[in-house]
Amino acid sequence: MGMTLTEKILARHAGRQTVAPGELILANVDLALGNDVTSPIAIQAFRSLGSGAVFDRGRIALVPDHFAPNKDIKSAEQVKLMREFAKEFGIANYFEVGRMGIEHVLLPDEGLVVPGDLVIGADSHTCTYGALCAFSTGVGSTDLAAAMFSGEVWLKVPETLRIVLSGRPAKWVEGKDVILHIIGEIGVDGALYRAMEYAGDGITHLSMAWRFTMANMAIEAGAKNGIFPFDGATKAYADGRAKRKYEVVTADPDARYADEISVDLSALEPVVAFPHLPENTKPLSQVGHIPIDQVVVGSCTNGRIEDLRSAAAVIRGRKVHDGVRMLIFPATQEIYLQAMREGLMEAFVTAGAAFSTPTCGPCLGGHMGILAKGERAISTTNRNFVGRMGHPGSEVYLSNPAVAAASAVLGRIGGPDEL
Amino acid sequence: MSYKGDIPAGGDIPGSGGHSLFFRRENQECPPLRGKAWKYGDDVDTDVIIPARYLNTSDPAELASHCMEDIDDSFASKVAPGDFIVAGKNFGCGSSREHAPIAIKASGVSAVIASSFARIFYRNAFNTGLPIFEAPGAVDEIDAGDRLAVDMERGSLRNETKGKEYRFTPIPPFMRELVAAGGLLNYIVNRKKGS
Repeated sequence: MGMTLTEKILARHAGRQTVAPGELILANVDLALGNDVTSPIAIQAFRSLGSGAVFDRGRIALVPDHFAPNKDIKSAEQVKLMREFAKEFGIANYFEVGRMGIEHVLLPDEGLVVPGDLVIGADSHTCTYGALCAFSTGVGSTDLAAAMFSGEVWLKVPETLRIVLSGRPAKWVEGKDVILHIIGEIGVDGALYRAMEYAGDGITHLSMAWRFTMANMAIEAGAKNGIFPFDGATKAYADGRAKRKYEVVTADPDARYADEISVDLSALEPVVAFPHLPENTKPLSQVGHIPIDQVVVGSCTNGRIEDLRSAAAVIRGRKVHDGVRMLIFPATQEIYLQAMREGLMEAFVTAGAAFSTPTCGPCLGGHMGILAKGERAISTTNRNFVGRMGHPGSEVYLSNPAVAAASAVLGRIGGPDEL
Repeated sequence: MSYKGDIPAGGDIPGSGGHSLFFRRENQECPPLRGKAWKYGDDVDTDVIIPARYLNTSDPAELASHCMEDIDDSFASKVAPGDFIVAGKNFGCGSSREHAPIAIKASGVSAVIASSFARIFYRNAFNTGLPIFEAPGAVDEIDAGDRLAVDMERGSLRNETKGKEYRFTPIPPFMRELVAAGGLLNYIVNRKKGS
C-alpha cells in the first residue's frame, strides 16, 4: 500500500517501513520548539524529571516572541526563566530580543527546519513548516517537555485530505486567499485530526512565502498538519539555508487519501474572513461597507518580506486614512533589514504607519496594538476569535497584506483596485 | 452514538486544583463524577477558555479566575467543584496553550464532555490529567444546569435531571499504557530505562 507525504515522513521517523492512518506511533523529532508562553510550563515539567541533560542541545529551539520585548513584569519573569534554562542546558538555539524573530518565520529562514523533517512545537502554528515538505505539528507544553527529554513524541497517524490546486491566481490574490477560501469551504473543523496535502499544477504559481501562509493556517481547519510536495521552489529555498542534510520525500502514486477537494486558483478573488471564526469568509467584492480602526500587517502567517512588499506596493505614495492606525511587524530581524534596504520601511512610515520590531504582539491580543471595546481591525494574522486582539467587544477581519494595506488607505475594508 | 477521533482518558481526581503533570496511579479507580452542566456551543476556542492577555502566568489558580470569561463572565465565580463543561463540536480549537486545560481543571471542573475536540486540546487534556470525553448523542440532550453523573471506568454518563443514561467507549490501549505508567513523562522515562 502506498503512503502519503505525511505517512512517509512519520514512518521514517518511527523506524518503520510503513504506517497507516489511526496507528499510534512513537516518533523521533528533528526539532522541538517552544515560546515564552508555552516554554515555562514545559521547563517546569522537564525539571520535574530530574534529568541533567536535554536529548540534544542542537535540536531544541526556544524563541521568546509572544510577549517579547517583555510587555510587563510577569512576561519578563517568563522570558528570564527560558533564558536561564537555555544557558544551564547549553541550548544553542535560544533567540534573544534583537536577534529574535517570530518562531515560524525565523526557524525555517535560519535553516533549522529542513525538508523531510519531523518537527513538534508548543505552538499551534508549528504546522507552518509543511511548506518545506516537512511534517510539523503543534503540541502542548508537556509534550515539549517529554520531547526535550527523550527526543520522541507520540502521534496518531492522521488520515490525509488531498487538495488539488489548478490554475493561476489573479492579481492581488495571494496564498492567504487560497487558504481562507479552503477554510471557508470545509469549516474550522473540516480537516480535524487530518493532514492537508497539496497537489496539482497550481502549486507552481505559489511562492514559498505563500506556501508558508497556507501551511500555517492548516490548524485553522482543525488539521494536524498541512504539507506541500517538494519542488524547485522548495529546493531553491532550502539549499541556501539548510543547516542539516535533508531528504526529499515524495508521495506514492498509489497513496490512499481519505478525501479530495479541488480548487481552481484562477477563479478566486481576495477573501476576507469575518468575525469570529476564520471560516466566515466572503469574497472581497461581497464585503460591503465596513469601516475600520486598525490595520495589522505581520505575524507568522504574513510577516515575510514578500508580504511587506505586497503591502508596500499598495501603500507607497499614499496616506493611511485619518481614522486608522496601521501597524507593520516584520517577522524577523533579517526581514526588518531587508525592508529597510528595499525602501519598504520608508514607504510605510511616510504613509503614516508604525513600523515595529518583530513580535507576535497584537495577533493574540498580547501587546503592541490592543483593540478597545467596539473597535474593528483588519489583519493579516490567522485568528479572529472573540477577544483575540483585545476587548471581547472588538472585531478582527482577516485578509491578505495587499487588501489590508488598501483598507488602511480607504478607512474601510477594500481592495487595491479601489484606490 | 458515533465517535470522532480518539476517546480520551480520565485518570486524575477532579477538582484537585493545581497542574498535574502526571496521572497518578492511586487515582485510577476514581469514584463517579457528579455535578451540574455548564453548556456552551460549537467551536469553543482557547482564546475564550483563557484569553491570551492572561498567559503571562502559568499559575493555575490565577488562570482559573479568568476561565471562560470572554463568553461567560459568571463561570469563574459560580462554577462548583465537580461541575462539567458540556459543549458541541471542535471544543478547544485554536492555540496550543496548555493553560486552557489547566484553567478548566483548576476551576474545579471534573470533566469536559463534547461532541468532538480539537486535536491539540485533546492531547493537552490527556497529558495534564483533565478528563474529557466525546459523547455527541448525550451532548445534544443536556441543558445548562442539568445534574450529571459520570463513571469513567464503566464508560457511562447519567443525566439525573432528565433520567437518561448514555455509554461512551473506553480509552484505547496506548492511552491505558500512558495512564498505567503514571502519565506521559513517566512513560517516556520508563521506556528510556528499558531500552
